[in-house]
Amino acid sequence: MAMNNIGRPTSIDGNVGEVVQTTSGSKGLLQKTELIFEYGSKDTTGVDIEDVTTGNSRLGNLARKEEINLPGLSEPEAVRHYVRLSQRNYAIDLGLFPLGSCTMKHNPRLNEAMARLPGFSDIHPLQPVSTVQGALELMHELAHWLTTLTGMKSVALSPKAGAHGELCGMLSIRAALDARGQQHRKRVLVPKSAHGTNPATAAQCGFEVDEVAQTHDGRVDLEDFKSKLGDDVAGCMITNPNTCGLFEPQIKEIADLIHSAGGYFYCDGANFNAIVGKVRPADLGVDAMHINLHKTFSTPHGGGGPGSGPTVLSEALAPFAPVPYVVKTSNGFDLIENETGEAAQAFGRMVAFHGQMGMYVRALSYMLSHGNDGLKQVAEDAVLNANYILASLKDVMSPAFDGYCMHEALFDDHFLEGTGVTTLDFAKAMIDEGYHPMTMYFPLVVHGAMLIEPTETESKATLDTFIASMRALAVAAKSNDKSRFDNAPHLAPSKRLDETQAARKPVLKWAAE
Amino acid sequence: MSVKFTKDHEWIKTDGETAKVGITQYAADQLGDVVYVEVPEAGKTIAKGDAIAVVESVKAASDVYAPIDCEVVEGNAELSGAPETVNSSAEADGWFAIVKVSNPSQLDELMDEAAYKAYLESL
Amino acid sequence: MLETIGTRSVDALFGDVPEFARLNAPIDGLSSAMSELAVSRKLSNMAAKNTNAGSVPFFCGAGAYKHHVPASVDHIIQRSEFLTSYTPYQPEIAQGTLQSLFEFQTQVARLLGCEVANASMYDGSTACAEAIVMACRVTKRKKVIFSGGIHPHYAAVTHSLADNIGIEMVVLPACVDGEAEVLKHLDKETAAVVVSCPNVFGTITDLSDIAKAAQENGALAIGVFTEVMAFGAIEPLGAMGIDIVVGEGQSIGNALNFGGPYVGLFACKEKYMRQMPGRLAGQTVDLDGNRGFVLTLSTREQHIRREKATSNICTNSGLCALAFTIHLSLLGQKGLSKLASVNHARACQTYDTLSAIDGVKPLTQTFFNEFAVALPKPAAPIVDELAKQGILAGVPYSRINPECSDEMKNVLLVAATETVTDDDIAALANALKGVL
Repeated sequence: MAMNNIGRPTSIDGNVGEVVQTTSGSKGLLQKTELIFEYGSKDTTGVDIEDVTTGNSRLGNLARKEEINLPGLSEPEAVRHYVRLSQRNYAIDLGLFPLGSCTMKHNPRLNEAMARLPGFSDIHPLQPVSTVQGALELMHELAHWLTTLTGMKSVALSPKAGAHGELCGMLSIRAALDARGQQHRKRVLVPKSAHGTNPATAAQCGFEVDEVAQTHDGRVDLEDFKSKLGDDVAGCMITNPNTCGLFEPQIKEIADLIHSAGGYFYCDGANFNAIVGKVRPADLGVDAMHINLHKTFSTPHGGGGPGSGPTVLSEALAPFAPVPYVVKTSNGFDLIENETGEAAQAFGRMVAFHGQMGMYVRALSYMLSHGNDGLKQVAEDAVLNANYILASLKDVMSPAFDGYCMHEALFDDHFLEGTGVTTLDFAKAMIDEGYHPMTMYFPLVVHGAMLIEPTETESKATLDTFIASMRALAVAAKSNDKSRFDNAPHLAPSKRLDETQAARKPVLKWAAE
Repeated sequence: MSVKFTKDHEWIKTDGETAKVGITQYAADQLGDVVYVEVPEAGKTIAKGDAIAVVESVKAASDVYAPIDCEVVEGNAELSGAPETVNSSAEADGWFAIVKVSNPSQLDELMDEAAYKAYLESL
Repeated sequence: MLETIGTRSVDALFGDVPEFARLNAPIDGLSSAMSELAVSRKLSNMAAKNTNAGSVPFFCGAGAYKHHVPASVDHIIQRSEFLTSYTPYQPEIAQGTLQSLFEFQTQVARLLGCEVANASMYDGSTACAEAIVMACRVTKRKKVIFSGGIHPHYAAVTHSLADNIGIEMVVLPACVDGEAEVLKHLDKETAAVVVSCPNVFGTITDLSDIAKAAQENGALAIGVFTEVMAFGAIEPLGAMGIDIVVGEGQSIGNALNFGGPYVGLFACKEKYMRQMPGRLAGQTVDLDGNRGFVLTLSTREQHIRREKATSNICTNSGLCALAFTIHLSLLGQKGLSKLASVNHARACQTYDTLSAIDGVKPLTQTFFNEFAVALPKPAAPIVDELAKQGILAGVPYSRINPECSDEMKNVLLVAATETVTDDDIAALANALKGVL
């Protein structure tokens, strides 16, 4: 007989178990990754640069004396370095990413390709407008989609992220109040359940934050809200659907109340993805609302940005919108960059240049792909998926509130009572199951909160697999099967990290030992 | 020397005209690992109930309120390099500030040790 | 699914929406779904209407610069694990992002000559505004003095915030080479002087004496830059004693993108670390004792400190910071120095060529890759005219400071990077001669 696999075992029934300690520090596909400073060399560069002879220097006496002290990597070294690092990251492309309030949905690659067309990516913000008519056209069309979907009068495209959009909206409100001679209006009503950015933004504009209570069913306490109105109120900042994943049924009453008190209604549009195409915020009495393009219109989050936070404004606030913005004229498109003429009341400027063009292209690409019909379905599917999760887990976990939810399902840690397992342990055990944890301990108004947002991206099959894992974890916690929770995650690229040490003795950059 | 307590879990230990202020062991335990303390500068006058220091854990920052009207004599500089002292010795080495008491009668409004213990049990 | 939920229609799930606000049909005035090909066709048509920098002789700068970014950079940032991940709140499954941020912070600190750097801001202009707010917090003073060399947009962005929080801004008139003028306005109420190198006219200045004078007065010195590549060739602002160094990092790793997304850089002295805005990645260990990284000093931030936070910034410029750090890893100091020297050489070559033209008066004396020239008539119409001839000649100063004096309206800002060729420079000079 012919042997072609000399002595090579082909069955797998060897000894199972013990974790092997490797000598290299790598673990199979998970390669050890030193810092670039530990193996890069000051004499290496991975970039070819043409020689250009320098005739004279006009650096004066400012030529760099201090060594830059930056290591270089060859191209293969750099590619490997970052590919190895990338393999330590969870991502929506890898699996379900149920991070409530953050809306991690699929990022269509068409959008990436469109944003990289040289006609968009390789144009300078201060080129003559005659040479960027297509870019202005795109911004104009995006503005049309955003104002039409929200029913609002105008949109300031330039804010660089959601929190920056909040700032834009609140500065518009400040300017409108000042124009009315009401500088004394300083108080802003913010529910306790709000994102931290809301009170931080209000403070950054010089407003004082007044917290509004919440009812036992997770909505704004209207009586408390009423009691806090007064002549010094500038407005309110309310998230709708709110951070508990619920629509505020009395939203119009809230709007009417704040308006009759002489204030404005800022709506945090972080959760607009739940109602896009189904409800126009203008119909609810909103004066200003930012839209996170990455949440509702699928621009990639990129591990912490870039975001983009266009802010739609009502008739009352539109005159105060910051420059620049695009207008359509008889011979094409123009940019209004100066605070004169029609922009004489503009409160100023949010950023140098025009905002996040790269994100505008991606968002418009997503809008065009879906259309007005598809966007409506985005909201419906997101809400359907969240309710399916809520319904499928409510008997083993503890929903924070009764009734249907919108785009995210909120649980508290009541079901873990007496198990010794905390929300944090539960979340970390999800990592071992192959999932990014849900948002935890937010909103602050719910004890041990777990906020699950599946988005419209997920199929029923994916949701069922996720639900099965969550049910198994809940059952394990209750049956005192603690090993999977203690010090979890066990199977992630890193074990639990010591955040106390990091904060007590901050090491924020690498230094040779 | 006498020690008094507030409902917000600060303690104040008077010694003649001055007093030491800190947070109770109970409060330190509730905070978890203390990672940073912002102590007040000498010379600052602080009204009762206003923030005299900020104590931080990894996930929370809490104001520490002045139990009485006072003027800061000295902040505990040791804490910047060793915030963990607040956990290990909240009611001794982990003091935040030495202050001059502006109005000693305010001390009478605070709880003594027995009353504070009873208060803790009621929580 | 509806059966599990216990309802008969998806619309029932929207029951909390007041009846009058429910839309039952798709919203009018918007197109319905389009195929991938149709979307691609439509957007490509729009893109084709723009004149992209790489297709013409190109000399625009004023805060955004055309550089060659190696192909590997854009390839790596499109890896799913970077592109489609979230802010690294779960460090066990985000070490890729966290380690790259830690490396980014180290690179930025070294490049700018500072002790600590954060994990990025939105862009240079917003980083500048945040630095001013921070300086007022640190000094408990409310007056800030801007030199006439600060990018007018940066001052405008700060101004939009300042009034509302009681910050008094003194903005000095446009000045090509007058950073030290700020000292004339320095007093005991001054929280910060805001000076620039390179400034918006390209001028590079030693800011050491300004920093020292400010500090002796109890104020902070804030140093602003719009072209980070300069620090491959010139003294970093941290080494000049500047307290807070902020600016635009777009030039490394990031395309022009018509103004965004970009990456703001923010670095300062260590003693002000806890007053910084934005995210910070810090080193620590995991349960097994292995090195790892986490987001740290989070109590400064909005999600914990709420209205007392150092800033409201949340999502910032993560992926742009990654592009920056990859590009800089590829360059290393060897590549960066060379790239910077090529930029300077091209700028000097352009400067000499334009200076030889009758009517063109060079204004900037010492510069890196950008300089200002005075033309005999307003620069904006000339730039428009040259654009018709297929040359993007630079940025008229009046474009970024419309209220400037008539004299300044004649000023043209010209940037020349490694992407400029001999032919480009010749084309610019010839065309300019033709219109003057």
